[in-house]
Amino acid sequence: MKWLNIILGAAVAGILAFFAVKEIIHDPVYFLELFLGGLTRGSIYALIAVGYTMVYGIIELINFAHGEIYMIGGYTALIVASVLGLWGYNEVVIVILAFVFAIAYSCAYGFTVEKIAYKPLRNAPRLSALISAIGMSLFLQNYVMLAQTPEYLPFPELIPQFEFWEPWAHIITAPEMMIILTTVIVTALLGMLIKFTKMGKSMRASSQDKIMSALVGINVNKVISTTFVVGSATAAIGGVLIACHVGQINFFVGFLAGIKAFVAAVLGGIGSIPGAVLGSLVLGWTESFFTGYFWSEYEDVCAFTFLVVILIFRPSGILGRKETKKV
Amino acid sequence: MITKNEIKQSFFLSMWAIILTFPLMVIKVNTIKNIVIFRWWNILYVAIGAFVASLLWNYLLRRKEEGAKKDTKDSIPIVHRLLQNQKFRLPFLATIGVIALVYPFVTPMYHTSIMISALVYVILGLGLNIVVGLAGLLDLGYVFFYAIGAYAYALLNLHFGISFWIVLPLSALLGALFGTLLGYPVLRLRGDYLAIVTLGFGEIIRIVLENWVEFSNGPRGIRNIPGPDSFGIELTQHQSVIYIYFIIIAVCLITIFFVQRLENSRIGRAWIAMRDDEIACQAMGIDKTKTKLTAFALGATWAGLAGVIFAAKTSYINPMSFTIWESITILCVVVIGGMGSAVGVIAGALVLILLPEYLRAVAEYRMLVFGALQVVVMVFKPEGLIEAVRKTYKYKKIKE
Repeated sequence: MKWLNIILGAAVAGILAFFAVKEIIHDPVYFLELFLGGLTRGSIYALIAVGYTMVYGIIELINFAHGEIYMIGGYTALIVASVLGLWGYNEVVIVILAFVFAIAYSCAYGFTVEKIAYKPLRNAPRLSALISAIGMSLFLQNYVMLAQTPEYLPFPELIPQFEFWEPWAHIITAPEMMIILTTVIVTALLGMLIKFTKMGKSMRASSQDKIMSALVGINVNKVISTTFVVGSATAAIGGVLIACHVGQINFFVGFLAGIKAFVAAVLGGIGSIPGAVLGSLVLGWTESFFTGYFWSEYEDVCAFTFLVVILIFRPSGILGRKETKKV
Repeated sequence: MITKNEIKQSFFLSMWAIILTFPLMVIKVNTIKNIVIFRWWNILYVAIGAFVASLLWNYLLRRKEEGAKKDTKDSIPIVHRLLQNQKFRLPFLATIGVIALVYPFVTPMYHTSIMISALVYVILGLGLNIVVGLAGLLDLGYVFFYAIGAYAYALLNLHFGISFWIVLPLSALLGALFGTLLGYPVLRLRGDYLAIVTLGFGEIIRIVLENWVEFSNGPRGIRNIPGPDSFGIELTQHQSVIYIYFIIIAVCLITIFFVQRLENSRIGRAWIAMRDDEIACQAMGIDKTKTKLTAFALGATWAGLAGVIFAAKTSYINPMSFTIWESITILCVVVIGGMGSAVGVIAGALVLILLPEYLRAVAEYRMLVFGALQVVVMVFKPEGLIEAVRKTYKYKKIKE
């Protein structure tokens, strides 16, 4: 079985490499466009997937409301930007304030959602917490729809098209460049937070064993709240960036993006942050090349089929640890 | 009693709610027309709402804690006690039977029609209960088999004119076949990996149905699907609704009978054992592959059946009836009703499907209320409305 896996993997990789080389020689610019498009897409997935994976790592819950937090981040930015724009503020001030408010509000929502819907269910069956998360997701979607509007709203261009970037703009636009840069910075910061700070250490400890970490004096409730807040903050950044990139926003965007990001997190091995980033990038590229070279309407089918194929050969994701259950 | 502390806490919570909802509730922007509206009154509503909700929440939490302290022996749900007690069992079932028989004749057609959709969910819920409740395999793509059933009837009838009564058993077989086929690649996956892969299957079928226009007529769907064959008797519209109602009652009864028998059979016990501990279960000599595949296959069978009835009832299907929300609704039926308990699932289906229908009076808010209710039910009754009770044998004490 192991040899079969290796041979099959090599064969698939060989075929893919052959096509890649053929296409690169055939039309290098188109290939580069797709490559960068996939990178942008993957970066956005990564910003959302990181939140999923962090929450899952600690309390083993698929946080269905995470996509809604991301949507609320986008909406808050839209509202702040429009109000400030109406009052005639400077563009730079608007961008900064929009981001600050979006992050602050997403964090507040993430914190509150955890306290209401997940904390009372910590010792309940896992599926109950999942249904509670689904209920929360439904509630937040409808809350935004009723409080605002069910229609798609155009989103202001917060990130300007820099003039010096003009010559390359047909390959990659300035907002796309910003998305990739932001993702790199945010994930690097997150990695540092988890690796070097005391909070990060507590997070790692709690994800391994909650009772034991409580015994050595870690406030597990606080750690969980922090995880939700940090995850919501990255989701908010993703929400504002993608809304700028796509140029419109709606109460339902969170759900779809959330599902995709969750697929990415599982693909990389849920619970591991590098896995989430890698999974997102792989998913982004797969979708981008598939829609570029094959059929665009089967984009989601491709994403899910890819997931199934990967999970058949590596049941716990690309970078997931293999769980050995002890009796 | 409400303590002073709780009032204080609720006050702070309502302040927090005001801050939290401020941008979304007070400011309304329309970037198409460039208008910003401030709705200051909403602050008041939010504050009062949050205050009352917080008081209620605290009260319910306290009651739940007090309930947990009490002896848990008497906590068997009342429905189970009714069913277990020989004296009440027969009258109880007879009452339900009479209500079910009389229901379509005394209520308007609209209510019968709603009841049919609720009963479709009873079948779906009982089927998914095998996979999720008994075998413990989290399946988020149950809609796959539902869609297979519905499209099987629609297409077979459209192209070959095959009657409802032939497709009904055929689709059950088809469901079982696809259940096994899809179950096979996911055998090695655990818990949430399984959930996301099954979710993927559910989405794949919807997208394929939407895009493969030559096969399924795409997003436009299939129209004019005939109702169940009535053997040459002409039926008015109202009569045909009643006809479908009785068909689905019959199918429900068959489902309930089968599921109950399965639950207490050798294979049913194997499922429960596998849910509780996979390794111990294998050590006892239970074939894991076989047990999992039968769970997928037997679960999918009922979805196939339900799909056919759904297509016959609505007479129009399109891929939008089979979105991921449908899978989630069915899962909610199972979990909110009470995982693993057939009575609970039936109650869950009736509550979850009938409630939003009757909430149509406040149509705008119904999904909001529905979402909030899901959270509330899960927080205060995490085992579901009517929890499962394992069959136990009691010895009577001999009086000396």
